[in-house]
Amino acid sequence: MIVDSKGALLSSQDLNTKHGMILYVEGVSVSFDGFKALNDLNLYIKDGELRCLIGANGAGKTTLMDVITGKTRPDKGKVNFGQQIDLLTLNESEIARAGIGRKFQKPTVFEALSVFENIELSLSGDKGIYSTLFHKLSGAQKDKIEEVLYTIGLIAERNYPAGRLSHGQKQWLEIGMLLAAEPRLLLVDEPVAGMTAQETERTAELLTSLAGKHSVVVVEHDMAFVRSIARKVTVLHEGSVLAEGSMDEIQENRAVREVYLGEEQAEL
Amino acid sequence: MNTLLNYPVLKKLSSLHWVIAILFASTLYVTVCNLFFAEGTLLHVSDYTVSLLGKYLCYALLALAVDLVWGYCGILSLGHGAFFALGGYAMGMYLMRQIGDRGVYGNPELPDFMVFLNWTELPWYWAGSNNVLFMIVMVFVGPGLLAYLFGSLAFRSRVSGVYLSIMTQAMTYALLLSFFRNEMGFGGNNGLTDFKEIFAYSLQSPDTKLALFVATAIALAAGYAVSHFIMNSKMGRVITAIRDAEDRVRFVGYQPAHFKVWIFVVSAMLAGLAGALYVPQVGIINPGEFSPLNSIEIVIWVAVGGRGTLYGALIGAVVVSYAKTRFTAIMPEAWLFALGGLFVLSTLLLPKGLAGLLDKLLNQISPRQTETTANAEKPAAVEVK
Repeated sequence: MIVDSKGALLSSQDLNTKHGMILYVEGVSVSFDGFKALNDLNLYIKDGELRCLIGANGAGKTTLMDVITGKTRPDKGKVNFGQQIDLLTLNESEIARAGIGRKFQKPTVFEALSVFENIELSLSGDKGIYSTLFHKLSGAQKDKIEEVLYTIGLIAERNYPAGRLSHGQKQWLEIGMLLAAEPRLLLVDEPVAGMTAQETERTAELLTSLAGKHSVVVVEHDMAFVRSIARKVTVLHEGSVLAEGSMDEIQENRAVREVYLGEEQAEL
Repeated sequence: MNTLLNYPVLKKLSSLHWVIAILFASTLYVTVCNLFFAEGTLLHVSDYTVSLLGKYLCYALLALAVDLVWGYCGILSLGHGAFFALGGYAMGMYLMRQIGDRGVYGNPELPDFMVFLNWTELPWYWAGSNNVLFMIVMVFVGPGLLAYLFGSLAFRSRVSGVYLSIMTQAMTYALLLSFFRNEMGFGGNNGLTDFKEIFAYSLQSPDTKLALFVATAIALAAGYAVSHFIMNSKMGRVITAIRDAEDRVRFVGYQPAHFKVWIFVVSAMLAGLAGALYVPQVGIINPGEFSPLNSIEIVIWVAVGGRGTLYGALIGAVVVSYAKTRFTAIMPEAWLFALGGLFVLSTLLLPKGLAGLLDKLLNQISPRQTETTANAEKPAAVEVK
C-alpha cells in the first residue's frame, strides 16, 4: 500500500516509476557534530534492480539507509520514492507503508511470537488501531503468509516462537517479514553476517529471486557474497559515491583500488 | 487430577474460562456463606471478610491494568496509583454529594470541608458530581484523559525505559502534592470521607457491602474478559511485538506511539474503575492514594504473580495483599522489609512469578504443550519438537 506525500493511500501500482527509477537520492548531506556522514551523495536505483552497496566502515552505508527509511533527516538534499513521493516528509512507519522495507544489521524479529505471527503482523494492509483490534485473517492473507513461509523456507518452523530460531533462520524470517508487506523496495543491511557458507548460499538465492519483482539494495562486507549476487555495485567512500558499475569494472577502478579494495586485493 | 485435566472439554478451556469460573464460584460461596450461615457457624463469612475480599478484588483489577502496560507492552509505570486514585476521587465526589444536609454543618449543597473553608458555592469542576451517570463517565474519562495527555507527550517523544518510569513516578507525586492543598477543592489532607449512602443504599448496611463485593467481582471479570480479548487479537500481538522490538514494529509500518498511548489509556481506565469500586468499600479517599509507594507496590504484585500472564496479576495482587493483611496485624513495622524481600526472592527464584510456578506444576501433573510467557493465552501456537 502506498501513501502520497500527504499521507493519502494509493495502491502500490500507482507508484510512478515512468523513468524506470524507483529511488532518487540527490545531493544528500548529513553531519553529526561536524562529522560528515554523507556528503552530497547521489544515488539512483532502477525499478526491479538488485544493487549492492559496499564501502569501508564509516563510509555512510547505514546512514544512507537511515535517511531513506526516515530514521535520520538529512541537512540538505532530496530523497524521492518513484516520481511523486517525497520521503523526507514522511515518518518511519509511513515510509514502511509506502512500500520500503528495511532489514536491520542485527536480526530483529518478535521473539515471543511464532514465526507465523511474525509474518502476520508484517502483512500489508491497514495498520491503524481499530482495524488491528478487530482484525480477522482472510483466506487471501493466509495464502500470502504460506507463500512467504515457503519462499523463506520456514514452513516447518511456522509455530515455533521466533526466539528459538537459529541466527540464519532469524535473518530469513526478517526478510520474510519484509516480503509480507509487499514492498517495492527492499533495503537489506548485511544479510549474511554470521551465517554459515550454506546459509549464505541460500540467502544469495533468496535475494536474487526477489530482484525483478522488487528492487533490492544490499549492504554487505562479504566480497564473495557480493560477487555472487551483484549485477551492479556502488562503492561509498567518506559519505559520497566513489564508483559505480559491475563488479569487474569496480575491481579495475583505480580510485576504488586505492581506498577500499587495497587490503582485500589478495581475496579478489 | 491427572485424568481430570485430560478431559477434552477441560483441555479446551482457556485461562479466561478458568478465571471467570473461579471468580464466579468464590463470589457465590462468599455470598451464600455470608447470607445463609449464622455468625459463629463454621461456614459463616463475616461482613468484615466480605469487605476485605472486595478490596482485594479491586487490587486485582488494578494489577491487571498494570500488567497490560508492563507485562505485555514493556512500559514500567510507577504511577498507576494516580489513575486508581482519580477514579476513586470521581466516585468520592459523587458520594460526598449524596450526604446532602446530613453533614456536620448541615449544608445541603456544599460538602463539609468547603463550608469549613468558608466557600459559598461549589467550584465549577464539582458541577454534575451528584449525577450517577456523570460520575460513571468521569471514573473512566478522568484517568483516561490524564493517561492520554501523559502518554501522548511521553510516547510521541519516544521516552522509554527508566526515564519513563521516573516520569510516571513524578506524575503521581505531583498529584499527591496538589491534592494535599485545600485550595484544590478535594478535601485536602483529609480527602473525601463520611459517606452515607450509594445509589440511596446505606453504605453501613451489610447487604450494600455484599453488593459492592459482587459488583467488584463482576467488574473484575469484565475487565479480565476485555484484557483477554485485546491480548488475543492482532492488537495484542502488536503490543507484545512493541515490547520485544519497537524499531521493527515501526519499520513494519505500525506507529508504536499510537498503540502505546491506546493501551496506556485502556489500562488507566481499568485502574480508575478499580479505584471507584474501592472507595465505597473502604469509606475514604485521600491524597495518600497518590503516594509513589502505592504504585510501586502494584508493580510488586504483578512481578510476584507473574507479568505477561493476565491471571498472574490477579494471583499476585490477592496473595501479596492477603500477606500484607496478616503481616501488618502481627508486626506492622516489618511489612516493608517483608515486601522488599518478597520482591527480591520472586525475581531471583521465580522469574515468571507464581503463574510460572503454577504452569510448571500443572505441567508435571498433566504434561501439555509448553507455554511461553507471552503465548500463555493461546497454547495452540507453540509446539516443541
